[in-house]
Amino acid sequence: MATVTIAYAVLLYLAAIVLVGGLCYRIALYAMTKAPLRIPTMPAPRTRSGVAVRMAGEVGLFTSLFRGDKWAWIWSYLFHVSLLLVLLQHLRYVFVAVPQWVVWESPFGSYAALVLVVSLGGLIGRRLVNARVRFLSGPSDYLMLVLLFAIGVTGAMMRFVSRVNIVAFKAFILGLMYMHLQPLPDETLILVHVALVALLMLVLPFSKLLHAPGVLFSPTRNQVDNARHEAQTPHDQASRGARIGTEPVGQDGAL
Amino acid sequence: MSDITAPTLGEYVDTPKPRAGVMKDLQTFKASPEHQQALGFPGTLVDDWQNKAIQRLGELLDTQRGLRVYLDSCVKCGSCTDKCHYFLGTGDANNMPAARQDLLRGVYRRYFTLPGKLFPKLVGATDLTREVLDSWYTYFHQCSQCRRCSVFCPYGIDTAEISMAAREVMDTIGVGQKYCNEIIGKVHKIGNNLGLPEPALRNTLEGLEEDVKDSTGVDVRFPVDVEGAEVLLITPSADFFAEPHIDGLIGYAKVFHQAGISWTLSSHASEAANFAMFIGSHEQMRKVAMRIREAALALKVKRIVVGECGHAWRVAYSFWNTLIGPFDFLDPRYPQPQHICEVTDDLISRGALKIDPSANDERVVTFHDSCNVARATRMGGRPGGQMEVPRSVIRSVCNNFVEMSRETTGDQTFCCGGGGGLLTDDLLDLRVKGALPRMQALNTVVKEQKVTHMAAICAICKSQFTKVLPYYGLNREMIISVHQLVGDAIVLGAKE
Ligand code: SF4
Ligand code: SF4
Repeated sequence: MATVTIAYAVLLYLAAIVLVGGLCYRIALYAMTKAPLRIPTMPAPRTRSGVAVRMAGEVGLFTSLFRGDKWAWIWSYLFHVSLLLVLLQHLRYVFVAVPQWVVWESPFGSYAALVLVVSLGGLIGRRLVNARVRFLSGPSDYLMLVLLFAIGVTGAMMRFVSRVNIVAFKAFILGLMYMHLQPLPDETLILVHVALVALLMLVLPFSKLLHAPGVLFSPTRNQVDNARHEAQTPHDQASRGARIGTEPVGQDGAL
Repeated sequence: MSDITAPTLGEYVDTPKPRAGVMKDLQTFKASPEHQQALGFPGTLVDDWQNKAIQRLGELLDTQRGLRVYLDSCVKCGSCTDKCHYFLGTGDANNMPAARQDLLRGVYRRYFTLPGKLFPKLVGATDLTREVLDSWYTYFHQCSQCRRCSVFCPYGIDTAEISMAAREVMDTIGVGQKYCNEIIGKVHKIGNNLGLPEPALRNTLEGLEEDVKDSTGVDVRFPVDVEGAEVLLITPSADFFAEPHIDGLIGYAKVFHQAGISWTLSSHASEAANFAMFIGSHEQMRKVAMRIREAALALKVKRIVVGECGHAWRVAYSFWNTLIGPFDFLDPRYPQPQHICEVTDDLISRGALKIDPSANDERVVTFHDSCNVARATRMGGRPGGQMEVPRSVIRSVCNNFVEMSRETTGDQTFCCGGGGGLLTDDLLDLRVKGALPRMQALNTVVKEQKVTHMAAICAICKSQFTKVLPYYGLNREMIISVHQLVGDAIVLGAKE
């Protein structure tokens, strides 16, 4: 077996472990940390189902961002939707028998790759042009976008510019999944694309890309407005803790 | 104060070009050792302050999920950047909410995250140096914790939570703010923010009884420490003698009088404000709030009603239950606590008060939503009631009501510029500049719709506007209590 194949296999296994382990750790950390006081941004829903609707709006439509900044909303919405379509299209590499809906989705995924690249261009451009955003941006903010951009460009090139041996590539991926290593096609675009994706997987749990799980755990968005009506902490229980902040008190209002 | 200049009011508020550091020299006075120690904080900067600060930050991260999520999640999208009144008024880039957060986030990354430990430059991680501490002190005291930024953030990142945490960390290492910490000390020692002792309080209230008798001929009482009263009224101490607050207090008294509800103030808990929220100390916040529980128990009241005070209503509505609850000793038929506007609105809608709105016909009134009420509390049963109930009260007692522009009201309201523990003269320049967006919106309705008064339900808003209105060429007496409008329109003694 070629050294390249072995190197990439190791890299991808490592990246997968870091990604899954890192995200699980973060999510566990968020889930275990108490939110001692009720701080939903009002007006907030009065019921859990209301909160679910609010959260669905934030996750699915970026409602607050829409209220705040239309350009940021347009570019990032295009980016996230096209990313989703592209990821769905990539499912064809992990199923031995590709489900019909993935086949149908495939052309959308292909063209979404172009939108993905354009929207990333928009996000980078906006970061450079808008003086306020430029002030906030550090090297990692640009690098992250450039990394995604490079992943998108190499991916789109394989689809629209120079076709690669995706049958062999799929065999390689399935081989990884079933612990039965198959050779990785020795084509530059594939090698670059996969290496960049592995890099992304490695940095994701340590980066601001944590905003993905973060939004679900944000107390300003996921708490129910019931602070006045529902008794929360028996008074004597609270007074046992020297500091409300350091003693876990009462039940938590989050979802 | 000649160096204090107000921005000029144009058609709309221009978003300024961000310039870092234009406000860096405006630092609020630091607390003296005596004021620090009264709250159990070290008097001066402790030895080994870096480690102690990091340690305290770590404790806060472990116990406040919001803080951790907010420090991790910002993607620098910029949506919040033009939403802060202090940025709009000063143009200082560090007053953009995300940039303000970054002052703490840089340190968080450096000491609590892997990339910050390995590649600090790349991810904007910074060591906790004297300069960084200095910038914390400056810019976390240029945030009024109004939460406007949080409304527009895709993750709800609440800069108020971050600046509260930063102030708590600073207090822990001996760097506190004079204004807040001195006031909290007064509450512990005397019972209210103004340091008004009980005899003076009684005196003032007796004087008010005489004033109301003189002007109306009716014996409206202002009772203190009456055991067995139905309602304990908890109100900001500014209501006892600051203008225009005091006319609001007269309004509450007339409402209770006319509705026949027995009520009392408490000399033990003669303060609704809870400045401990501003310094991010849950322990202090609980201590300050506990006086109210004690007073309610001692006076054997059945209800607690909170007067016009923005952040006090936040603490009461959102935190009391957790900090000093449960209120199972109070009458379960009422929400506990209730806002005075809820009480008045309910009485008016049931026809329990006789109102003559023409008493306010000389006035064209607009309403300033106070940030803490609008974005951190509710009134009535429906979401958004905190906006509807006060308006409903105003409309019932006043025939001429005008709204300011929608981008400046409701949950998008702008802070008055003096909230969050910044209502101190050493920050006057910031306060004047931070009032810009509200002044802009007010000026527009003054010009176009002949507005004469702006009503508010917050003691801080009232004091702040009284001070800054003249800087914008507006009359300081424009600002008025909602319950002054009520008090002026109530027909006393008319009930059969
Ligand atoms: S909480 Fe208010 S004052 Fe503080 S940064 Fe946000 S908008 Fe500005
Ligand atoms: S809106 Fe939220 S995510 Fe965007 S820059 Fe501001 S704090 Fe960061």
